[in-house]
Amino acid sequence: MSRFEHSDDGVVVVIGSGAGGGTLAHELTRRGIKVVLLEAGKRESMASFTQVPNDAFAQLTWLDPRTSSGDWAPAKTHSPLPAWLTKTVGGTTTHWGAVTPRLSATELKARTHYGALAGTSLADWPIAHEELLKYVELAEQRLCVTRRAGNPGLPASNNFKVMYNGARKAGYQKVHSGYLAINSRAQDGRGFCIQQGFCVQGCKIGAKWSTLYTDIPRAEATGKLDLRAQSMVTRIEHDAAGRVTGVVYRDAAGAEQRQKARAVCVAGNAPETTRLLLLSQSGKFPHGLANSSDQLGRNYCHHVLGFTIGIFDQPVSMWRGTSQAGLVEDEAIHEPKRGFAGGYFVELVNFDVGSLPLAALPYGWGRDYASIMDDYRNMAGFMIVGEDMPRASNRITLSDVKDAHGFPVANLHVDEHANDLALRAHGQKQSRRIMEAAGAKRVVQSEGSPFATHNLGTARMSADPRDGVTNAHGQTHDIRNLFISDGSVFSTSGAANPTLTIVALALRQAEYIERELAAKNI
Amino acid sequence: MRPDGVADRRDFLKVTGVLTGCLAVGSPLALLAPSRAWALELTALSSEQGATLLAAVRTILPHDRLDDAVYASVVRACDADAARDAGMRVLYSRGLASLGAGFAAKSEPERVKALKAIESTPFFQQLRVKAISTLYSSPLAFAYFGYEGEVFSKGGYLHRGFNDLKWLPEVPAADSGPIP
Repeated sequence: MSRFEHSDDGVVVVIGSGAGGGTLAHELTRRGIKVVLLEAGKRESMASFTQVPNDAFAQLTWLDPRTSSGDWAPAKTHSPLPAWLTKTVGGTTTHWGAVTPRLSATELKARTHYGALAGTSLADWPIAHEELLKYVELAEQRLCVTRRAGNPGLPASNNFKVMYNGARKAGYQKVHSGYLAINSRAQDGRGFCIQQGFCVQGCKIGAKWSTLYTDIPRAEATGKLDLRAQSMVTRIEHDAAGRVTGVVYRDAAGAEQRQKARAVCVAGNAPETTRLLLLSQSGKFPHGLANSSDQLGRNYCHHVLGFTIGIFDQPVSMWRGTSQAGLVEDEAIHEPKRGFAGGYFVELVNFDVGSLPLAALPYGWGRDYASIMDDYRNMAGFMIVGEDMPRASNRITLSDVKDAHGFPVANLHVDEHANDLALRAHGQKQSRRIMEAAGAKRVVQSEGSPFATHNLGTARMSADPRDGVTNAHGQTHDIRNLFISDGSVFSTSGAANPTLTIVALALRQAEYIERELAAKNI
Repeated sequence: MRPDGVADRRDFLKVTGVLTGCLAVGSPLALLAPSRAWALELTALSSEQGATLLAAVRTILPHDRLDDAVYASVVRACDADAARDAGMRVLYSRGLASLGAGFAAKSEPERVKALKAIESTPFFQQLRVKAISTLYSSPLAFAYFGYEGEVFSKGGYLHRGFNDLKWLPEVPAADSGPIP
């Protein structure tokens, strides 16, 4: 492992080591570019991951406070965790369900296809679908995605048998065990999935792709990576000309450090990325870095979510098997006849008995509530993941609440759009139909999710600098050597789980940064 | 205890109350527990507060065949919060008092009515989330609800029942995948 000097202004600083930052750090280092990778969390491993769910939660979760407001479920349930994200080397790729569908050509031109819907700030992506698809296919190869790149699907679990039979009876055609960044056969130096059902707690055999044990050690092997764990960046600094010069961070001992940089790439996941740019405000940039458009933090999207639990007369044992290996694709289309713009996936999901009530049953108590839990053995679970509408007023800002270092935390404000509500109502109705077609005697549904997992849009890519924060390469419109490398750059959310697209954009961004460094443009 | 009623650190080591019980004969938990009799020492709440809390949690999440010993784990967690944080201690003390005298001895419909009346209070919301996050996460609850827990040491469910459901037709190969 390499160590670079704090005064070395030739390094690229990458902040965050998840899907975006971990991939980007690997791609830059294998091109010979020196990278200092700053990660707020500790470094775990397959061996240190635990299958005691509460312990895993404590080990991986970002537990520093965040606040929420608006009319969405996290605010309504007073959730102490409005976004369930991680603080660990590998970021959310340690914790994710590894669901990797693609964005469609229609979704990339949402403004064009959906029209100017009142109360939204819809935009078209400044990237052509064919251009993005090249990198998506490359990402699918690297992540060993099932049913893509020649990989077989995962075998059907009990939970998926329920989804499959119900969905087919309900008339759906595109129902299968999913596109997942989980090895269905041994490859890439990693083993195959042994159906543990502990995807969210960190995969103890590494069948699920994570930058923790792929890109990061490969980047270290180049001799060009200096990974500093437990290093929380609190400020990005710039010179009089408005060029980024380095970052200030707290090291593992809590001491303040400064790292010089030739360029800075921020990949902290939208809440932390937005917060850091806002905290970096200065006389020259009084509203935060890269925010001359006043778009930073706005257009926050988090996907329309909803859980459906079906209870059957016979056992399902949903906790056994890969957590999310099942997908219904038919509704992931733009079909205005359904009464809303955009589409959604129905995805398989399972829960351990402790997480089920917290995640999927966030309301209620008493006899009726307890009777749901009594049927844990006989339960199947699905969730919808749908496109939500960007709105200028749905926004990440700095909260009145402060963290342990005294810095304001992120506040996540969402007022759901009528389109979000219509999409959720349709998705929940169809999910219920699927469960009932499979023979469910009782169906329980939650209105929304008490936490967001996908955080998008707050530094969106735009062709016109007035409409967003970054250009089509995630380079900020205002500062040439400042990049955003996570889901913040999505111009709209689409319906697909975002990680595959985040990796694809990081692969593309690395090529661009290499070219710009070589041309001495940054 | 300081005169203003706020605990100081020395108080945390003192026993302020005790909750006792006995596992039901034939309870599956008897296999997991070292002894049928159990006792929980409280370090912030009184015995009466502990008993009220136990009755409240049993009313919020009623599983008739689930032993009091499992519910006592929620009381222990609340007691620990109250011992750690003076604000929580006040929240619990006032909240439990608001349920009225003799709450624990009342019928279930009466207990439900009393809890309904305080459903929107911070005390109830705190207690509900604490109850849910504690009750269903103990090894005793895992056994009761049939959840099998840790499986890495057993090689996952690939050959231990991840696809043993037989009451629905099998998924065609094209939409499933091979067993590796």
